[in-house]
Amino acid sequence: MATLTSEMASAPREAQSARFARLRRQEQVRYLLLLVPAVVFLIAFYGYPVAAMLTRSFSEPTWGWQNFEPLLQARSTLDVLGASLPMNAFIRVFGITLQIAVIVTFFTLLLGYPVAYALASVSASKANLLMILVLIPFWTSILVRSYAWMVLLGQEGIINQALLASGLRTEPMQLLNTRLAVYTGMIHILLPFMILPLYAVMRGIDRNLLRAAGNLGAAPSAVFTRIFLPLSLPGVAAGCLLVFILALGFYITPALLGGQRDVMISMLIQQQVSQLNWGFGAALALVLLVMALGIYLLFTRLLGVERVFGSARA
Amino acid sequence: MTATTPSSALPRAGAAPVPRHAHRARTRISWGRVLLWVLVAIVLAYLVFPVFIVAPVSFSSAKYLQFPPPGWSLQWYENYFARPGWVPATFVSIRVAIITTILATTLGTAASLALVRGRFPGRNAINSFMVSPLVVPGIIVAIGIYFFYAQVRLVGNPLGLALAHTALALPFVVTNVSATLHGFDERLEYAAMNLGANRWQTFRRVTLPIIRPGVFAGALFAFIVSFDELIVALFVSGSGAVTLPRKMWDSLRQEIDPTIAAVSTILITLSIVILLAAELLRQRSERTRTATWVAEEEELGVRE
Repeated sequence: MATLTSEMASAPREAQSARFARLRRQEQVRYLLLLVPAVVFLIAFYGYPVAAMLTRSFSEPTWGWQNFEPLLQARSTLDVLGASLPMNAFIRVFGITLQIAVIVTFFTLLLGYPVAYALASVSASKANLLMILVLIPFWTSILVRSYAWMVLLGQEGIINQALLASGLRTEPMQLLNTRLAVYTGMIHILLPFMILPLYAVMRGIDRNLLRAAGNLGAAPSAVFTRIFLPLSLPGVAAGCLLVFILALGFYITPALLGGQRDVMISMLIQQQVSQLNWGFGAALALVLLVMALGIYLLFTRLLGVERVFGSARA
Repeated sequence: MTATTPSSALPRAGAAPVPRHAHRARTRISWGRVLLWVLVAIVLAYLVFPVFIVAPVSFSSAKYLQFPPPGWSLQWYENYFARPGWVPATFVSIRVAIITTILATTLGTAASLALVRGRFPGRNAINSFMVSPLVVPGIIVAIGIYFFYAQVRLVGNPLGLALAHTALALPFVVTNVSATLHGFDERLEYAAMNLGANRWQTFRRVTLPIIRPGVFAGALFAFIVSFDELIVALFVSGSGAVTLPRKMWDSLRQEIDPTIAAVSTILITLSIVILLAAELLRQRSERTRTATWVAEEEELGVRE
């Protein structure tokens, strides 16, 4: 490199720019070479396996749409939700999944927004200290946290023992294996994914704008609804997208905390695959993937959420 | 400052034109703030309380869950070491996580350099592809890998599990390293190369030290992603690669005795230690960065 530049000083201008162009091309080729291992790896251990699995939804046992037909029937032939329902149980599972994802997203926003707002309004050092309380659960495994909720909500769990000891109840309440337990656990697990992007956006809001609005006579509530809230919306969109997509694919928490009727799509797919209905499992996976990607595109294209997952860094 | 001095007799800019209703507004805000912080305290308690409830259960002397524990004992920790499966599963998890961390960090750092610096067609598409394992639900990747491994006979192989985990961990490395590369001054590399360093030396001695916080954060994520991963492990760990989450899952489905509380307490302690270490590292890197800025500014004469 060093010798090249001294050579170039004496070379004619055209030859010099041609050499620069060549050097720049070489540089680009080098970058491409750096990219090749990761891309080849991801195709081999992610892209190809997922694509091959999804094609099974059309090819197994024979080519055709037969794996999607159970989804379109008025009633399902397989028992999914414990008892046979007077409707298509598979569609019901998609409905349950969407319902859980929507409710969990709503409550994480409801609980997460004030926390992010409060943390963004204090000094950075104080906020970092409080943020540790958000990050400890964030870094703890989902399995461990789901187990913790089993300990709290179980038939002989801590909450029931407290209720019995205090005399408020004479017999234990059914808390575990209910929809409420699924909501409680999932909101707990996904809350940090809402707080982190919200906080990142709120930290970036210029406080002078709020002060200016106040000086111009806006009441505090108006400062919030007309200045702060609109400016924080990118964080709201990013957090909601992240939580909603993660909630759609949840498996561990509903399986441990939910009852027989709280079946989410991931659990149904697992069940079908373990019963060797590979084609139907793949068809369900395809529908789930289309839902997740559809929502992702909706948010990124329509709402312009950028770098959602980068902003979720701790 | 006393009232007799002329300077303080002048109305101060902020204090003078206080409208009458501002006082009422202020008291209302402070009530609002009290309410806000009460709510924050409740939410933070909800976040942290379940994580810490596991520890007292793990030290309990009772076989069944009792709270507060009737007495203290270490029997569940003894169980963890004595009962078959737990310690081997821990070692499998550690091995798989280390392989994952090395692979994902190397591949991901190289790819990030290309994705941030390179100018070639399809760059955005490749970037989206590399980050997509974050959006694709875990069960989809898991059964894809399962069908694939059933064909190539990698089910029950720890290396196979590590390869699958690497695919899941790559996005975390790429986003973290890319973020640090975006703020990187490439002229530092040109300077090094002008001074005679070759490309590898430049990377080792100039680039890597600067992007180290990002690489380190990415590696940490990769380790945790692999160490905590359950869904892929459920399908492909077979009997030869039973990881700690897999072992915990199996015993959770049979009976809940406090052995799992003991394992959970160990894992929670581990994540707190890792979190504190990361926080300390972040603070240190911030301090050195500020120190460099101060030195630069002093050199330029900005600061006195």
